[in-house]
Amino acid sequence: MNATRKALAAGLAALSLLAVSACGSDSESGSTDEVEVFTWWAEGSEKAGLDALVKVFDEQHPDLKFVNGAVAGGAGSDAKNVLQSRLQNGEPPATFQAHAGAELTDYINAGQIEDLTDLYKEKGWDKQFPEGLLDRLKQDGGIYSVPSNIHRANMLWANPAVLKKAGIEANKSYDSMDAWIADLEKIKAKGIIPLSVATDWTQVNLLETVLLADLGAEGYNGLWDGSTDWGGSEVKTALEHYSKLLSLTNTDRQGLDWPDATQLVIDGDAAFNVMGDWAEAAFQEQKKTFGTDYTAVPVPGTDGVFDFLADSFTKPVDGPNPKGTEAWLDTIASDEGQVAFNKAKGSIPASTTADTSSFGEYQQTAIKSWGEDEIVSSLAHGAATSVNWLTDITSAVAKFGSNNDVAEFQKGLVEAAEDNKPE
Amino acid sequence: MSSTVPSAVKRPRRPKGRIGGHGWVAPVLLILPTVIVIGVFVYGLIGSNINTSLQDRHHIGPSQGFVGLDNYRDLFTDDDFLYSLRNLLLYTATFLLGTLCLGFLWAWLLERKSRGESLFRAIYLFPMAVSFVASGVVWRWLLNNAEGDRASGLNRLFGSLHLDFLQNPWWTNEHWGILAIAVPAIWQLSGYVMALFLAGFRGIPEELREAARMDGASEWQLYRHVIFPQLSPVALSAIIIIGHMSLKVFDLIMAIAGQTNYTTQVPAIQMWVEFTRGDYAKSAAIGTILLLIVAILIVPYLVSTYRQERRR
Repeated sequence: MNATRKALAAGLAALSLLAVSACGSDSESGSTDEVEVFTWWAEGSEKAGLDALVKVFDEQHPDLKFVNGAVAGGAGSDAKNVLQSRLQNGEPPATFQAHAGAELTDYINAGQIEDLTDLYKEKGWDKQFPEGLLDRLKQDGGIYSVPSNIHRANMLWANPAVLKKAGIEANKSYDSMDAWIADLEKIKAKGIIPLSVATDWTQVNLLETVLLADLGAEGYNGLWDGSTDWGGSEVKTALEHYSKLLSLTNTDRQGLDWPDATQLVIDGDAAFNVMGDWAEAAFQEQKKTFGTDYTAVPVPGTDGVFDFLADSFTKPVDGPNPKGTEAWLDTIASDEGQVAFNKAKGSIPASTTADTSSFGEYQQTAIKSWGEDEIVSSLAHGAATSVNWLTDITSAVAKFGSNNDVAEFQKGLVEAAEDNKPE
Repeated sequence: MSSTVPSAVKRPRRPKGRIGGHGWVAPVLLILPTVIVIGVFVYGLIGSNINTSLQDRHHIGPSQGFVGLDNYRDLFTDDDFLYSLRNLLLYTATFLLGTLCLGFLWAWLLERKSRGESLFRAIYLFPMAVSFVASGVVWRWLLNNAEGDRASGLNRLFGSLHLDFLQNPWWTNEHWGILAIAVPAIWQLSGYVMALFLAGFRGIPEELREAARMDGASEWQLYRHVIFPQLSPVALSAIIIIGHMSLKVFDLIMAIAGQTNYTTQVPAIQMWVEFTRGDYAKSAAIGTILLLIVAILIVPYLVSTYRQERRR
């Protein structure tokens, strides 16, 4: 009896110690020199990028302390759920990561993030980012976030050795979907997977590039503001192309994620892969040489158009540390921050004033296009639509992947547009 | 099972005249924390969930007003939701049938005092120790739908055994894909049902069998009229336990197919997707429907157990 009591007392003492230490760490986070940065960058090149950013931040703002609020898992969806409950409870972080563009709609409508237009003017950011990007970032006349990096979604990755086997010259440029599909058929006849694709979101990525190719930049932009008819014959043609392309892909797509699909091209099991330019990191990691081991050109029919997506940082309303938030945004927009982050993450700087001479060969081509091309917003990565609309489109794409019914697919997309179109 | 316990044991009579005559104070104080915590965190939150499901709250941010049963009406006219309900039904039926048949078969074999019983018991029971997420990651590979040269997992096995006709798209089939998800679920929980049945078998006194044999019952008659009736409470609890697990299936599908895959949509996955996109009302409505479906299964069981206990 005595022994159990002693054990119980010891256990209680240990528990209360835990409780005390938990309280201790809680009370610290209220101080004003801390800047909590909320992201889903918890591993891999994303973590490396964040670390590089933090280094620049510490140099630029030695009086402030960076606090990592990263939440891992679910490609950002877990982080977004955690973030939402914090915002609704009035406990926002100093700043949080979000895809730039229309994905911010819900936060803006709910009054959770601040308009940064004045800050852009004050700091001169409106001069350093390209006009096309600023136009795409604007929502209801305001800009609500600062972009940290740019990726390009309409890239076609190819394995020249595989193409040669099928009698197709490498780096060949196609001016239309039909011309490309004709070559894909040739590759299929050789018993090689013509085009690799992975799970649902990569199919959305493929669909958006097909829409972009068939509708052109203007028609594609019109899908998001209502000036292009989702039910029209042009969209129908694009969906038929998409259907054809899907029939030329690997059958096990649902079980793969993007690295597996890109790996098929790297290993020579597939000829082409449509993927955003984070795929570059996969080729680099395996010591492949740009131009000889792999090639990257814009998806057929989308030459001269830069289908962009960007990560960006926001300023929550009633944040715990407004000065700290501005300091972080300052670091994000600074040339040092843009260069350090993007070199580590494998993307390109959004700012045109950043010194990019030390970037890799593929990135140089992307930087060149970024400066010259027409910029449109990516669908699959939150730049073009609200989260709701993207979710509806993704489920239509997923459904089409299993029943292959073009008419129903188009109907689903029309309904998604009607439910979500901005007024 | 409670009904198999002989009810001859009399309860001790409550001693009269407790200290001070306030015999109810201490018990009430003891129960109070539980009542409050369960009241707030279970029933309070169920109430709040039902309330959310009746609101116009389809974006992050506060509700835009009360809409009655509109969200439910929308759900039951939505083809995708009906498809996911159908999936859930198919999955539950397969999962129940599979675990009950396999579990019973294994228990029956082990019950016949076969050699190495404890080894087999451990082998069959072991999968239950693995979490659905962990086994889902493995089954995702086993149930890979690539066929021919790129086949892996089970399709590869069929291929190398020259059973190519067995190769199939597993969970990516539009009509029957959900049944492939039931395969790992059955693998994982048959052992548990076996353990339940084995306990049931062991609870049947040897005398009953002997008596039946003395009366000239054949082996089949012995099972039909003596063993099965004794096992029916066990079967009922197995159905309740497996059934409610099956209706809430989420982690296994997330691990194998992911949340966006169409062919494996079930209400719990849709609830998660709707919640993630900020459509709280729809998410809450799906949650309420799920709760009702589980209640249909469990409430009659609770009522009957309650009655049985009252009778004693």
